[in-house]
Amino acid sequence: MSNDVVIVVFSSDRAAEGLAGAGERLASAMGGRVFEIAIDPAEYQIEECLTALTETCRELNPRAILLSNDTYSQEIAPRLAHRLGGSAVGDGVAITAELRVTRQVYGGKAQAVIQLKRTPAVVWLRARSFAPASGGQAPSPVRTGGAPVLHAQTRIVERRRETQGEARLEDARVIVSGGRGIGGPEGFSGELQPLARLLGAQMAASRAACDAGWVPLTWQVGQTGKKVAPDLYLAIGITGASQHMAGISEAKQIAAINIDRDAPIFKHCRFGIVEDYRKVVPLLRQKLSAIQR
Amino acid sequence: MNILVCMKQILDPEVPARDFRVDALHKEAERGSANLVTNIFCENALETALQFRERAGDVKITVLSFGAPSAEDSLRKALAMKADAAALVINEGNPHPDPLTVAQVLAAAAKRLGSFDLILVGRESGDWGAGQTGGLLAEELGWPCLSFVDSIESAGGKVRVKRQTESGFEIVEAEPPVVLTITNDEHNVPRIPKVRDVMMAHRQPLTTFNTADLGVDVSSRYYEVAQLSIPQKESHCEFVPGDTLDQKVDALARRLLEVTAAL
Repeated sequence: MSNDVVIVVFSSDRAAEGLAGAGERLASAMGGRVFEIAIDPAEYQIEECLTALTETCRELNPRAILLSNDTYSQEIAPRLAHRLGGSAVGDGVAITAELRVTRQVYGGKAQAVIQLKRTPAVVWLRARSFAPASGGQAPSPVRTGGAPVLHAQTRIVERRRETQGEARLEDARVIVSGGRGIGGPEGFSGELQPLARLLGAQMAASRAACDAGWVPLTWQVGQTGKKVAPDLYLAIGITGASQHMAGISEAKQIAAINIDRDAPIFKHCRFGIVEDYRKVVPLLRQKLSAIQR
Repeated sequence: MNILVCMKQILDPEVPARDFRVDALHKEAERGSANLVTNIFCENALETALQFRERAGDVKITVLSFGAPSAEDSLRKALAMKADAAALVINEGNPHPDPLTVAQVLAAAAKRLGSFDLILVGRESGDWGAGQTGGLLAEELGWPCLSFVDSIESAGGKVRVKRQTESGFEIVEAEPPVVLTITNDEHNVPRIPKVRDVMMAHRQPLTTFNTADLGVDVSSRYYEVAQLSIPQKESHCEFVPGDTLDQKVDALARRLLEVTAAL
């Protein structure tokens, strides 16, 4: 078997024009071939995409199929594996040629190596676990048609965005995150968001803050929210319950502002300050602006 | 309408990291003094089904678990929350069933229990968190699957579900039968059963099977755990130096800029 890399992307004609795109860039970086399935990802329908991808994979007959960990990939991966007679595993942070995949389990408290027993291995990878490939010549893509599903039992009839086009939280390099200790929505909008802007950071929150309705659910990080892997995670007013830590076990550095010196979050921190955030953050913003100027 | 909700009993995920140990030989977490609890997303799934029944009326909810005999506790709690019927498939053969085995067991049990319009499962579990049960179950049954759903409404002979995406949400119409994986939001926080209902639940019937009854091979053919360990992470928190708040915050600002400038 050759060590061929084939990139499969969903793209509309419209998207493909401006694309030089995800798939092509990837392929040029890795010197692989590109297959484009002519389905506009903005018009994603589960059964249709799954069927098209299954057919393309049958044709290509790969040993491993790698996907990102977005919502659509996560729902497609196990079903694709089942249809191809393979095995899937998710949230991989490392994969070997023997199809052993390393992943966090028990909310990041333990790490497991999973041996896949069937091929193709269908693996969705945790965001930012692998450095992006770069360089190379862009090959021209091979286009294949979409696969019409004659009687789809499900149909997405409405799509609503609640974010303003910022990058995915999973891809963020710096995250400022607030918890129950913030005390209300004003603390987020008045203090944390301006701080995040100064640091070029994206905003996140703990389950407590989301459940309280202070910030959108899409901000939630933890066992029941997103799993993020930034270079810096600044946790403000977050005690660091197990369920929250489950979302940040892959963060490179954690820093915290918390009023309670015994808060478990400090056990995971590289640096921190024991103070009320209401005193720290306004001063911190002044200092950051002053130093940056 | 008949709804089946699958429930998994797991080691309490709130066990703090300092008390968490693994048995590297058997590749499993040590129970220690930790409680066994129902996986939160499974309880969100049951709550979502209960709320659907409250709105839609003529709905029967059956709960199903595949696990150790102790999983009966999760099912009794579900009955106390007012599920209509409960069934347990006792896992005798394989303490680490892989996701495909779990899906095959659940599919066989679902067929044995009756004819369902909707099967709800949690989005993932708080222990191994594979996040595959729903998708594989749907494939075993030849049904479609919708993931990350947080609410269900009836719409004629169909259901309309709301599901979360990373940037917002989608409304999806589905023609049953369909498998739904359920995630949490502020509306499906599991209810606390009344004391009286907890007592009553202990007297309700529980259907039990074992995997041999269902004719499912439980040996791991999909994947197996090759290693389980606790990652040793060096982390010593340096509290920023300074005698006054101003000095400390100044040190914090410099430290933050140092880190972000290096990116």
